[in-house]
Amino acid sequence: MNIYLQTLKRDLRVALRNPSSILNPLLFFIISVSLFPLAISPEAAVLSQIAAGIIWVASMLAVLLSLNALFHHDFENGVLEQMVASHHSLPLLILSKIFAHWLLTGIPIILLSPLLGLFLFLDDEGIKILMITLLLATPSLSLIGSIGASLVVGIKNSGMLLSLLILPLYIPILIFASSAVSQAQFGLTIDGQLYFLAMFLVLSLMSAPFVSAIALKISLE
Amino acid sequence: MPSLVIHNLSCQRGYNQLFSNLFFQVNVGEVLRITGTNGSGKTSLLKILAGVSVREHGEISWNQHSVKSEKYQQEVFYLGHQAALSGELSSLENLEFLSALNKSTDQQQLIQALGDIGLKGYEDEYCANLSAGQKRRVILAGLFVSKAKIWLLDEPFTALDPTGVKIVESRIEKHCNNGGLCLFTTHQDSALANQRVLAL
Repeated sequence: MNIYLQTLKRDLRVALRNPSSILNPLLFFIISVSLFPLAISPEAAVLSQIAAGIIWVASMLAVLLSLNALFHHDFENGVLEQMVASHHSLPLLILSKIFAHWLLTGIPIILLSPLLGLFLFLDDEGIKILMITLLLATPSLSLIGSIGASLVVGIKNSGMLLSLLILPLYIPILIFASSAVSQAQFGLTIDGQLYFLAMFLVLSLMSAPFVSAIALKISLE
Repeated sequence: MPSLVIHNLSCQRGYNQLFSNLFFQVNVGEVLRITGTNGSGKTSLLKILAGVSVREHGEISWNQHSVKSEKYQQEVFYLGHQAALSGELSSLENLEFLSALNKSTDQQQLIQALGDIGLKGYEDEYCANLSAGQKRRVILAGLFVSKAKIWLLDEPFTALDPTGVKIVESRIEKHCNNGGLCLFTTHQDSALANQRVLAL
């Protein structure tokens, strides 16, 4: 089997045998979204206006929570060293790991979002657009996140540093994605926002694996 | 005859110059034992030769292919301090991935290699449940099935019992007789034939 597929399979297998690392961010996502109606107001008119923003902020923080696990274990046990020493392309190996990360965090978030949208009285059109923006942008979150994760992989208790590094890069995605949903609720066109998110995805897909590979090599010193 | 050529290599870590102007050559069939006090740069040297390090100056080549090129990395197997095993995977699953990272080997061969090194019956055991010596044996099994010519072994004998040490030594000899070469670090004396010593 192809080594890149094998890396993907290995990461999925490790994660499924140690499910707390995936379930923690997802539970955080569900709990934080479901607390908003209690804290702000249970009224449909209020909640449906801020629903997209809440779900997007929560999913972004959930991804951020899960990023530490991306390289940490493989760094500790020396598998990353073997990946660097192998003759295969390190950026592509990293891309397989990022894809596994997206399958384990991005996909569940996308699948949970309609349910949480219903909690917050988001209408059908809004839910549809929310899912499209999540589908377009959660891969970018994993890709950009991998840059931060690879930079701080050797540092203990690096959670704070990771958020400081990564959150500013996430902000444009947050702005365009949540504005797409709220504009769609008013019946306005949202092509611009979707194109922007797609552009961000292509850009991060092309650059993040290479930048992460360089950062990992430096961290392995 | 192909050989590993190190030309004017230096390495600095922090404010310390670990070694500088290192020139040597290791031919096929030779074993080079690297000795030195703690912190003298043995591990750093092996990491540099494995293409894992970025903090060196100088030239390293194998058959005209320089370090970090695909052709060079194909020929290298690096055994580091850490076991390179995930506790959540069984020894066979770990070994499958490791051997795929180098050059893929079929499952039957891997099971055979695990048996040869004394881990028969442990194929499906999670690596988290293995002892330090057994973990070391799993990755050594990966070394023995690899087709790499250049073996870079960092303290290959740690955590191994005397029979384990014997197995590794005989495998190193066999590898060198079959057209490979081996560089390893150790603090113990070793009875390997055809051995040179590099003191850092």
